[in-house]
Amino acid sequence: MNKIFLTGALLPLISVMTAGAATINASGASFPAPIYQKWFEQYKAKTGIQVNYQGVGSGAGIKALTEGTVDFAASDAPMTDKQLAGLKVKAFHFPTVLGAVVLTYNIPGVTAKLRFSGPTVAGIFLGTITKWNDPKIKADNPGVNLPAKDNDILVVHRADSSGTSFIFTDYLSKVSPEWKSKVGASTSVQWPIGLSGAQNAGVAGLVRQTPNSIGYVELIYAVQQHMSYADIKNASGKWVTASFEGVTASAASAQMPADFRVSITDAPGDKTYPISSFTWMLIPSRIADPAKKKAITDFLNWMLTDGQKECEAMSYAPLPASVVAKEKQQIAQIK
Amino acid sequence: MASAAATTPIPGKSGVSSLSRRLRSGDEVAWLIVILFALSVLLITAVLVAELWVGSAAARHKFGFGFITSRVWNPVTDEYGAWPFLYGTVVTSVIALVISVPIGVGAAVFLSELAGGRLSDALTFLVELLAAVPSVIYGLMAIFTIVPAMRMYIGPGLKAAFGFLPIFQGPVYGVGYLTASLVLSIMIFPYIISVSREALLAVPREQREAALAVGATKWETTWQIVIPYARLGIIGSVFLAFSRALGETMAVTMVIGNDMTVHTSLLASGNTIAAVLANEFNEAIGAIHPAALIELGLVLFFLTLIINGMARLLILVTTGKGAHHG
Repeated sequence: MNKIFLTGALLPLISVMTAGAATINASGASFPAPIYQKWFEQYKAKTGIQVNYQGVGSGAGIKALTEGTVDFAASDAPMTDKQLAGLKVKAFHFPTVLGAVVLTYNIPGVTAKLRFSGPTVAGIFLGTITKWNDPKIKADNPGVNLPAKDNDILVVHRADSSGTSFIFTDYLSKVSPEWKSKVGASTSVQWPIGLSGAQNAGVAGLVRQTPNSIGYVELIYAVQQHMSYADIKNASGKWVTASFEGVTASAASAQMPADFRVSITDAPGDKTYPISSFTWMLIPSRIADPAKKKAITDFLNWMLTDGQKECEAMSYAPLPASVVAKEKQQIAQIK
Repeated sequence: MASAAATTPIPGKSGVSSLSRRLRSGDEVAWLIVILFALSVLLITAVLVAELWVGSAAARHKFGFGFITSRVWNPVTDEYGAWPFLYGTVVTSVIALVISVPIGVGAAVFLSELAGGRLSDALTFLVELLAAVPSVIYGLMAIFTIVPAMRMYIGPGLKAAFGFLPIFQGPVYGVGYLTASLVLSIMIFPYIISVSREALLAVPREQREAALAVGATKWETTWQIVIPYARLGIIGSVFLAFSRALGETMAVTMVIGNDMTVHTSLLASGNTIAAVLANEFNEAIGAIHPAALIELGLVLFFLTLIINGMARLLILVTTGKGAHHG
């Protein structure tokens, strides 16, 4: 009887101890979670190292990294100076994939693809442009028959804190000084008007159901759900449809700083899609456990070479070669 | 001391062994264990309040009592206020009660007075099943049924009929206070119906028979004798349902539109304390944002405390005046 109890008590202890040797915990952004899960699966099949990733959100991931409950985190928004100051161990930003935010709309009777310039989008989300046949929208869309009555614009944004919101508000802050001073850019802002939905699905659901509405969702989500989205005028004055080429062009045109914390929204260039962004893995600069350090650095090297090949299949835009080269140098700096 | 009376005194044994006998027979032990359980419930509540109090310290010191009336909710400048959420919580819960209390009490009256035994039991079972449905399912159901119905029929209908009232003005989007109230009313039906039915069934047969004997009709008996007699139970069920409605999270957050401003119109979108906690708490970082959310939780806790206090007071007053009259 006692022996059974003893083995019963020791067994979970042993399994926990042996599991700890090759397990890495991470949490963060939900946008890249699908490709991260695929990478971690493939990496485990290759090397036996298990990475547990929870897509609980960029903010929750940064919180977990600050409290030390995870080995690394992931975020759609680069950490602010204040957040970096709160870390006990400085963290490096490693861009992993690229994403974009698109504007999806639902106007009964309008089947043509709409286009918006930056200030128009800012006006809509600020509440200064309230009707679909506003002169500014008409100027962006010559030749499209916009409704003249029953045309109040309904704005839909995110109810939860989100990297998608960060990318979108970052773009709006760049194209509209009024947005920058009134609202600012963050994962969670005080939206001047509009309803909110929870997650991309909530926003998409509301837009799909409600006539005369407009909202923003991740490009990949819109592609997978076969939603129609608008073209945007980029910083060089060209009308661009959101696509992986446009996103990668934005990334390539960016001046990459040494710490990789860069915003690539509203990037110049003929083919750039203005509402694009990197998403980052936040790796501590000093990892005490040598086994974990080797596992993480090996994973990063694998991710930058083999991992990037998976991106297209899963509808993510891969990193440009120049960025990959710089990141390999940063891996060497992890102590 | 039942045990002392039950055991026969053994010659030669003193008080110490009678104590051990009493312990072995179980009364004192049972008393100790049971009072420990009761105290642990109080302890858990105290710990809950302490955690809320301590967790919200940063926000309480920054905003003071102004937090309750402020309408700002800005995570970028770290300014927070509870008023839109308090307003949304109270409005949706009160309207849910307004919708469900008459229907619920009416259903309870049917189940206890008018329906036969087997029909009543079967229907009660089905109604109580409603309480077992998870609230996320209610939210999903509402998104696919109530929201389109509100946008296409109910909202425009109300506007056409009562559009002069400020509570039925403005654009209709399908989501909003009224939709959330409808979902809440469906969710609190089982509580009202079940508890009211029990209260009505507990009214002694003599009361009903006496009323019928002096010539009252079935309706007069029910309305003037049975319901007032069961008043305490019915009021209790209403406050139980109210507490449930105040705290309901998932179903409400899916259909209320999550708009952080106060609107007079019931057709407009709003937000509730539970909904904003569910949406924002997971990712709130920094010193003030989580503390403000915890302070919202504290506000909700005190709101429920006040409402339950009012319920107690109401019961006290009604019992004082004499619950059984007429």
